[in-house]
Amino acid sequence: MDSSVKRTILFLIFCAVAIVFIIRLVFLQLLDDSYLRSAQNNVLQEKTIYPARGLVYDRTEELLVYNDAIYDLMVTPDQVKNLDTNAFCKVLNISKEDFTARFAKIKRSKGYAPFRESVFEKQLTIPMYAAFQEKLFDFTGFSVEVRTDRKYKHSNAAHIMGYIGEVTDRDIEKSDGYYRLGDYIGISGIEKSYEKDLRGINGVKYILVDSKSRTQGRYKGGEFDTPAVAGKNITLSISQQLQQLGEDLLKNKIGSVVAIEPETGELLALVSSPTYDPNLFIGRDRGNHYMELLRDPSKPLFNRPLAAPYPPGSIFKVLMSLVGQQESVLNPATSYACHRGYLFVGCHAHSSPLQLRGAIAVSCNAYFCQVYRSIVNNPRYNHVEDAYNIFYKDIASFGLGHKLGVDMYGEGSGFLPPATYYDKVYGRYRWQALTTISLGIGQGELGITPLQMANATAAVANRGYYVTPHIVKSIDGKPNPNPEYNQKHWTTVDTSFFPVVVEGMHDVVEHGTAYIARIPGIEICGKTGTAQNPHGKDHSIFFAFAPKDHPKIAIAVVIENAGFGATWAAPIASLMMEQYLTGKHDTRKALLERMLNGNLTKKNDSIARPKP
Amino acid sequence: MIQSQDQNPKPASVDWLTLVIYYVFVIIGLFCIYASIYKEDHPLIYDTGMNYGKQLIWIGLSSFIGLLILLVDEKFFYAFAYALYGIAIGLLIAVLIMGTAVKGSNSWIEIAGFRLQPAEFAKFATALALAKFLGGFNTKFSDRKVQLISAGFILLPMAIILMQNETGTALVFGAFIFMLYREGLPGYFLFIGFMIALMGVLALIFPPLYLIIVISVLAASMLLFIRRNRQNILIIAAVAIFFIGFVSSVNYIFENVMQAHQKSRINVLLGKEVDMKGAGYNVQQSKIAIGSGGLIGKGFLQGTQNKFRFVPEQSTDFIFCTIGEEFGFVGSVTFIILYLLLLWRVLFLAERQRYKFNRIYGYCVASILFFHFTINIGMTLGLLPVIGIPLPFFSYGGSSLLSFTILLFIFIRLDANRINELKGSFE
Repeated sequence: MDSSVKRTILFLIFCAVAIVFIIRLVFLQLLDDSYLRSAQNNVLQEKTIYPARGLVYDRTEELLVYNDAIYDLMVTPDQVKNLDTNAFCKVLNISKEDFTARFAKIKRSKGYAPFRESVFEKQLTIPMYAAFQEKLFDFTGFSVEVRTDRKYKHSNAAHIMGYIGEVTDRDIEKSDGYYRLGDYIGISGIEKSYEKDLRGINGVKYILVDSKSRTQGRYKGGEFDTPAVAGKNITLSISQQLQQLGEDLLKNKIGSVVAIEPETGELLALVSSPTYDPNLFIGRDRGNHYMELLRDPSKPLFNRPLAAPYPPGSIFKVLMSLVGQQESVLNPATSYACHRGYLFVGCHAHSSPLQLRGAIAVSCNAYFCQVYRSIVNNPRYNHVEDAYNIFYKDIASFGLGHKLGVDMYGEGSGFLPPATYYDKVYGRYRWQALTTISLGIGQGELGITPLQMANATAAVANRGYYVTPHIVKSIDGKPNPNPEYNQKHWTTVDTSFFPVVVEGMHDVVEHGTAYIARIPGIEICGKTGTAQNPHGKDHSIFFAFAPKDHPKIAIAVVIENAGFGATWAAPIASLMMEQYLTGKHDTRKALLERMLNGNLTKKNDSIARPKP
Repeated sequence: MIQSQDQNPKPASVDWLTLVIYYVFVIIGLFCIYASIYKEDHPLIYDTGMNYGKQLIWIGLSSFIGLLILLVDEKFFYAFAYALYGIAIGLLIAVLIMGTAVKGSNSWIEIAGFRLQPAEFAKFATALALAKFLGGFNTKFSDRKVQLISAGFILLPMAIILMQNETGTALVFGAFIFMLYREGLPGYFLFIGFMIALMGVLALIFPPLYLIIVISVLAASMLLFIRRNRQNILIIAAVAIFFIGFVSSVNYIFENVMQAHQKSRINVLLGKEVDMKGAGYNVQQSKIAIGSGGLIGKGFLQGTQNKFRFVPEQSTDFIFCTIGEEFGFVGSVTFIILYLLLLWRVLFLAERQRYKFNRIYGYCVASILFFHFTINIGMTLGLLPVIGIPLPFFSYGGSSLLSFTILLFIFIRLDANRINELKGSFE
C-alpha cells in the first residue's frame, strides 16, 4: 500500500471522530429540548432537605426529647440585588456595621460559595420571623429556612441528653462533605454518641431557578432528588421517674448516682450533681448559658458518674473478700482478731475475732488488711510483684482501672495502680504488702468512678459477670446493635465464692453499718464506704443491689465531702431502690425529707441552678 | 550527511500555518480559562494569583521555550533522543517514589509553587526515542525484534504512569499505534484494536453469554463465505476464541482490577448508574453547559453555567464546555474543523519529510494530539468515560501546555530544516 494512502486512511479516521462529535453537538445544541430550556438562563440549584432528628424515650416509652421548629435566615450572596439595607437592618434590629461584618464573616467561612445559601441570622424570634415573612419579597436573595431544634419534656438528665450545636470547621472536614456550615451536630451525651442514628440522612432537591432566583420547577421531574430520611428514635434504658428522684435527692449536694439493671447492663439512672436544665442549651442564648455554666466553680458541666475517680473506701472490701477466696488465701471460716486496727490503720469498736461474713457486716479494717497481706504475700508466688499482678488482674476483671465502654463520651478509666506504678514510686522489689496496705481497705492511690462502682456491684449481684453498662436500650424498636452490650463479661472469681459475700452484704443492711438503708419486705445487699480524701471531709459512698435473689437493680451512690457512707449515700440509695422496685419512695417520710432538704454545699444558699 | 553552513532555519522555512493555529488555540484557550473563572469582582486579565494569570505566564514560558527549540540545531533531537527518554523515565520513577499526591494520583513534583507532571514530558521523549529507533537505516518494522523493542519503548513509560494512578495519561501512549500503522503495522491491528474496545464496552453492557453466542454465530457464518481451507479455519477459530476469552474476562477485570471511581465513571456512561454527585454530575453539567449554548452561544463571559461554576474542573479537563456554551454550535464546529486542519497539516508535513526520523516523529505528534482530542471532547460530550486528560493547548495547566508546545515545536523545527536538507544533504 502506498504510504500516502495510509496517511489518507488515518486522516479519514480523524474525520470520522470529528463527524461523530459534530453529530453529537447537533443533538445537544440544536435538537434537544431540555438543554434549550436551560438556554433560557435557567440554572440548577441544589437544596438540602433536613430530616427530623430522632426522638428520645425513656425505658417506659415516655417521650423525653422532641423537636421544635426554628427559623434561620439564609442568604445567597450572588442573588442579593438592590437591597434596601436600612429597611433590612431595621427588621433584623442590627446596625449597618454589623450587617457588613456579617457578610464578611460569611465570605470567610469554609465551604462558602456565592451561589449557595449561607446562614445570615440564626434562630429568628417568632415576631422577627413574622415581620420577615411579610417583607421577604423585597429582600431578594434572602430566604427563611425551617430547621428543628431540640425540646426537653423534663428539666433533668442534662448530662445524658447532651446537646446539639453548630458544626465546627473540623466537623465539616471530617464528615467528608456531609455537614455544611450552619448544620447541627450532637456535641455531648447521647446526641453525640448516637449522632449517626439520630440525625437521619439529608435529602437533596434539585430545582431550576431563573436568573432572578425564582423557582421554575424541579429538575428532570425530580429524577435525581433524594428524600430526607428521618432520624431514628432512641429508647433509653433510663427510667425518667428514677432519674428525677435521683436528681431531687442530690440537690444541693455534690455527687453521683448510678443505677444499673444487673442482668442486662442497662443504666437505669445516671445522676450527676450539680446539674443544669437541658433547655438552657437550646435557642438563641445557648452560647451565653454555656459560658455561664463553664465558669461556675461547682462545675455543673462535669459528668461526675462517668469521669470522676474516687477512692472507694470500704466498699472495696467486697472485692477483697472475693479475690481472697479465689486466690485460696481466704475462706468463709478464716478469722482474724481486731485490736482496734492494724498497724497504722485504725478500726472502730466491734466484737472480735470475726469470720469473713461478720467482718463484711461490721467493715473491719484489720480483717481486710490481713486479707490483702495474705493475697500479696501469697507464698505460692516467688515475688510480691507476681502475686500483686494476679491481684490486679482479678480486681480489673470487675471493670476497674479501665474504661468500660459505655455508649457516651467522657468516660474516665479511674486508676488501679499496676505493679509498675509502685516500682516507680518505691523501686523494683522494694515494696510489699505493708507498703501498700491501704489498698486493702480501698484507700491509697485507688480511683474508681461511680459507674465502675455500680458495675462492680452488678457483677456481684450477678454472682460473677457483668454486661457493659449502656444507656440506649433500643434504636427504632430494635435492641441496641452493639454486640458488646449483649455479652457477659465474666470476672476471674468463681461463682461459688459469691454467696458468703452476698450474705455479708445482706447483713450490712439488716444489722450492720447500713441499717438505715433497710426497707421492710425487700432484701437489700449493700456495703458502705467512707473514703478519706485530700479535699476535705470524707466522701460518703454506698453500693448495693436488691433483691438479694434475682437482683433487679444495682446502685452506687457517692456524695462528696459528706461524711460516713451510712449518713447520706446509703439512705439515698435505699430511697432510689425503693422507688424502682415498688414505684413509691415516700413510705419513710422523715428520711425522704431529710435527704431532699439536706444541703451540703459550703454556702448555705443553694447553688443557683440557672433557669432558662 | 553534509551540513550546510546555515545551521538555523530561515524564518521563511518555519511552517507558519502550524504556528498560527498554535497561537490561535493558545489564545482562545486563555480566554476560555478566563471565562470559566470570570467573576465581576476580578475584571483584570493579569492576576498571577488566578489560573488565567498563571496560564499567561505559562504561555510566555512556552513561547520562550518554543523559540529556543527553533534555534537549536535539529541534530540535537536526533542525538539526544535516547538521553531525553532516559531522563523522562528517571523522572517518572522519581516522582513515583517521592511525588506529591494531587487528587489521588501520585504524579506531581513541585517546583517553586508550580506543579509539574513528568508524565506529560514523557510523551515527546517517547516519540523522539521511537523515531530514532525506527528511523535507523537498517531498521525494518517487519522484523519481529524491532516490533518487540518498539512495544517496549511504549509500554515502559505506560506502566510507570499506570502505577502513578494516571490511567488517562497512560492510555495516551496507546496512540502510537497510528504511527506504527504508518510505519508498517498491518491494518488489521487498528481493526483489532477497535474491536477490542468495542467488545469491551459491549461486554460491560450485555451479559458475556450473549456476546459469546454472537461471536460464535459470526465465526460460523464467516466460514460459510470464505474458502474452507485448514489455515482459514484455524485463524477464524483462534480469533473467535480470543474474543470469547476477552469478553468473559472483561467483567472480571472491571470488578476486580479497576478502582471504584473508574468503575463508577464507566457505569455512569453506560447508563447503569445515576450519580448526581460524582462522575455523572460532571458530565451532566457539562452537557447542560454545552447544550445550553444553542446555535451561536451566549456570548463571551455570558455563560450562566460557567458563572455558577456548575461544571467542575472547567478550566482544565472540561474547557470545551466554555466553547460550547459561550460560542454555541458554530463555535464548537469551527473549533473542531480548526483542530482537524492542524492534524492534517502535521500529517501533510510529516509525509513530505525526507528523513524517516522526522516523519515518524511527525506521525507521533499527530497521533498524540488526535488521541487527546478524541478522549477529551468525547468525555465532555458524554460519549466516553470521564478520563482526565487535557485538551492540548486549551486546558489550564503548565505541564500540559509546556509539553504540547515542546512536542509541536520540535516538529516545526525538524520540518524547518527541510530546505537545508534539500540544499546539501543526502540520505
